[in-house]
Amino acid sequence: MNYSVEDLQKWDEKILAKVEEFGLDPFPQHFEICDHFQMLGYMSYSGMPSRYPHWSFGKAYEKQKTLYDYGVSGLPYEMVINSNPSLAYLMRDNSLLLQILTIAHVYAHNDFFKNNFTFRHSNNQYTIEKFKTHADRVRDYVEAPGIGQTKVDEILDAAHALSLQCRRNLEIRKLNREEQEDLAWERSQPRYDPYQAIHKREEWKPPDTSRVPLEPDEDLLLFIRDHNFNLSEWEKDLLTIIHQETQYFLPQIETKIMNEGWASFWHKRILDSLELPQELHIEFMVRHNQVLRPTPGQINPYHLGYRIYEDIESRWDDPTDEEKTESGRKNGEGREKIFQVRKIDRDSSFLRQYLTEELVRDMDLFRHEKQGNDRVVSEIADEDNWEKIKQTLIKQVGTTSIPVIKIFDSDHLGERTLYLKHDYDGRELDLEYAEKTIAYAQQLWGHPVMLETLLDDKEHHLVHDGQQFKTVKAG
Amino acid sequence: MGTFSDYDKSFERSDRSARDRQRHRQKVRQAIKDNIADIISEEAIIGKSRDKIIKVPIKGVKEYRFVYGQNNPAAGQGDGDTEPGDVVGRTGDQGQGPADQAGDQPGEDYYETDVTLEELIDIVFEDLELPFWERKKFRQVESKRLFKRKGYRRKGIRPRLDKRKSAKSRIRRRHATIGPRRVNNNSNGSLNGNIQNGQEESEERRFPFHYDDLKYRHLVEDIKLESNAVVICIMDTSGSMDTVKKYLARSFYFLLYQFVNQRYENTELVFIAHHTEAREVDEDEFFYKGESGGTFVSSGYKKALEIIEARYHPALWNIYAFHTSDGDNFTSDNDAALESAKELCEICNLFGYGEIKPTGSWDWGAPLYKLFQSIDAENFCMVKIEKKEDLWSGFRRLISVDKIEDEELGEE
Repeated sequence: MNYSVEDLQKWDEKILAKVEEFGLDPFPQHFEICDHFQMLGYMSYSGMPSRYPHWSFGKAYEKQKTLYDYGVSGLPYEMVINSNPSLAYLMRDNSLLLQILTIAHVYAHNDFFKNNFTFRHSNNQYTIEKFKTHADRVRDYVEAPGIGQTKVDEILDAAHALSLQCRRNLEIRKLNREEQEDLAWERSQPRYDPYQAIHKREEWKPPDTSRVPLEPDEDLLLFIRDHNFNLSEWEKDLLTIIHQETQYFLPQIETKIMNEGWASFWHKRILDSLELPQELHIEFMVRHNQVLRPTPGQINPYHLGYRIYEDIESRWDDPTDEEKTESGRKNGEGREKIFQVRKIDRDSSFLRQYLTEELVRDMDLFRHEKQGNDRVVSEIADEDNWEKIKQTLIKQVGTTSIPVIKIFDSDHLGERTLYLKHDYDGRELDLEYAEKTIAYAQQLWGHPVMLETLLDDKEHHLVHDGQQFKTVKAG
Repeated sequence: MGTFSDYDKSFERSDRSARDRQRHRQKVRQAIKDNIADIISEEAIIGKSRDKIIKVPIKGVKEYRFVYGQNNPAAGQGDGDTEPGDVVGRTGDQGQGPADQAGDQPGEDYYETDVTLEELIDIVFEDLELPFWERKKFRQVESKRLFKRKGYRRKGIRPRLDKRKSAKSRIRRRHATIGPRRVNNNSNGSLNGNIQNGQEESEERRFPFHYDDLKYRHLVEDIKLESNAVVICIMDTSGSMDTVKKYLARSFYFLLYQFVNQRYENTELVFIAHHTEAREVDEDEFFYKGESGGTFVSSGYKKALEIIEARYHPALWNIYAFHTSDGDNFTSDNDAALESAKELCEICNLFGYGEIKPTGSWDWGAPLYKLFQSIDAENFCMVKIEKKEDLWSGFRRLISVDKIEDEELGEE
């Protein structure tokens, strides 16, 4: 390190002054300086200083280390944890400029965590403590006589498989049983008929309120926890732990492009305004371009997000005459607009509203499909197809990249079968993965599990009855 | 204002993921073990160096979730002049963005891992789960001791430290320096003197080891010629041996070679291909060259006997001969074949015959199999291989016959 912590503090002060000047509103920030070895460790445990033990973290570590050792991928310059105060790691071996860039980048992430609506439910003043108590509880179970590593692993493996199968939009309140029943009664009421005087009255049937759940339930782990009475307390607790940790990560999955774009947008603004000495400035340009350059054939979230924010700002700063008359926009509203966007959007709504035809064309986005063993470009950004490309892209960001699977019944055909339904949106499930995941669900549920989905546009039931898996064509 | 902490110098870093990594490796190993039959029958590893690295596909360590399949379209970014029809990748290598928070997204799993042949062999023999008495028998057969003790040295590695000798030499040195151990009792009267004496006494009592005291056992290599072994692979390369049959044979030879190689320092391989005539060939030719024509099994055996006589004297070499064939032989050759098979049994540690019948035609009346049933030598073994799964059971039977004392084993 050819600079001291004091140097970093000085730069931090300058950066923070700019952060306030630009109107960013972060949590208090703590930086921990670590080496690459520790960074690899933090990465495999999602940055948490303490996390429960599981072999998959060991696997993540080995994979990262292999990629790093062979120079396939570098290490991130930083990691930020959504907590209050926020915790970020800086790599000791990085140059001074990289640290400055990273500090600015971190403050913007921090601001995003504090202000974006998806993070509203993350209780981030307890993040670190929450993960720590989870880790302690899991370790207790591992060491408890009669439980032990193997049994804990069995539950964790299964819970990991189902963990992302949970509600995505926490803004929509989940109805409790009573409210669900009320809703069912309400729905069963005959619709208002203006001609009821002359029509024969419809026969009214009371709704079937015996089914569990009444409203389709997306929280697989919680549902199994609450409705499989054969689970012991520690097994239920493990399911709770995995569910809660997923809830923490979900907003980050939801806002990857927005979050990285926001941080990149602001590190650029902040560093431009810092009046860096020339040699630092040149290095900054190089590093900035390295982070933001598009990855051919793929989507670089840093690049995509950055471009969209820039575009929004310029369009709201100088609206066209048409926009001025139609929506009453004034000049110079760009800054205000992007702050609004960072508060009320998530990746899918962000792309839907602000990924314009010009951007799609400009970035040369395309759509590719499987043909034999190759992925072949099927549509490129032209007048007819840009909308299609955009829709495809929206489907692969955030939680829209995770299939929606809901529980419809927990006593299907009176056999305690857990009846799951895949919300088919034109995309087929990967069958190998589905089979194994259903087996995990069966393991946790203890009774048969059935998933309804579409394969080749035909309804199929994937069933695991505890003995074997089979695929049945419905109807 | 941001705060900084830097735990570098004073902080002893912990390797927090060590335990989880170890458990991941155990899972990988288990996955290899589960697929071992496929791996050994698919890899070109017979007679290869033990350091050879093999890519092993793994099915057991994926983290499954509900995910969309590869059939679905995806979006990507081009370099500015993308045209419809451009190939942007292959299925199976889904793109991964820049490194970021690992663990919160269902990323690509790597499906292959590298293991050395050495590890693979360990796994193979672990998988065999040889019961204790079998292991013991191997030890008896083991004819070479790598090292034997020869004297002592002042320098050496810690495990070879001879504690008794070192302690003795320390005592000897103390005796020479300060006389025999006895508490010195001439008191001085004064308090001061007593204290000083006491200090001196405790100094005296502490007589630490010196480097010169340490004695290490010295080992020298001990070569015995009996630790040589030769594996003679005899295979019918006549027209009736098709690729599938050869493939099964190859897997079997791999196991045999590795098994022998585990136990002897120096293992050589001889390949004999025969149809109506026999030739010594190299491995490639052995497995890949097909020949046409009929079969004289005796020709192969005679060639083996010839080679043994010329190069591998039974007094110096442990000989393992194994013959694979599909069972066809010209009837006129049967007597000669039986004769030379018996001869081979006499000079070999183990002589085996494997009949490979991959197709459903389960014809127990195959001439050779029937014919060889009349051989009652203890070190002779016949196995039938119908499909890949039979390799294991067949091989287990084969090695249980090696220099056998226990008669029950011959049957199974």
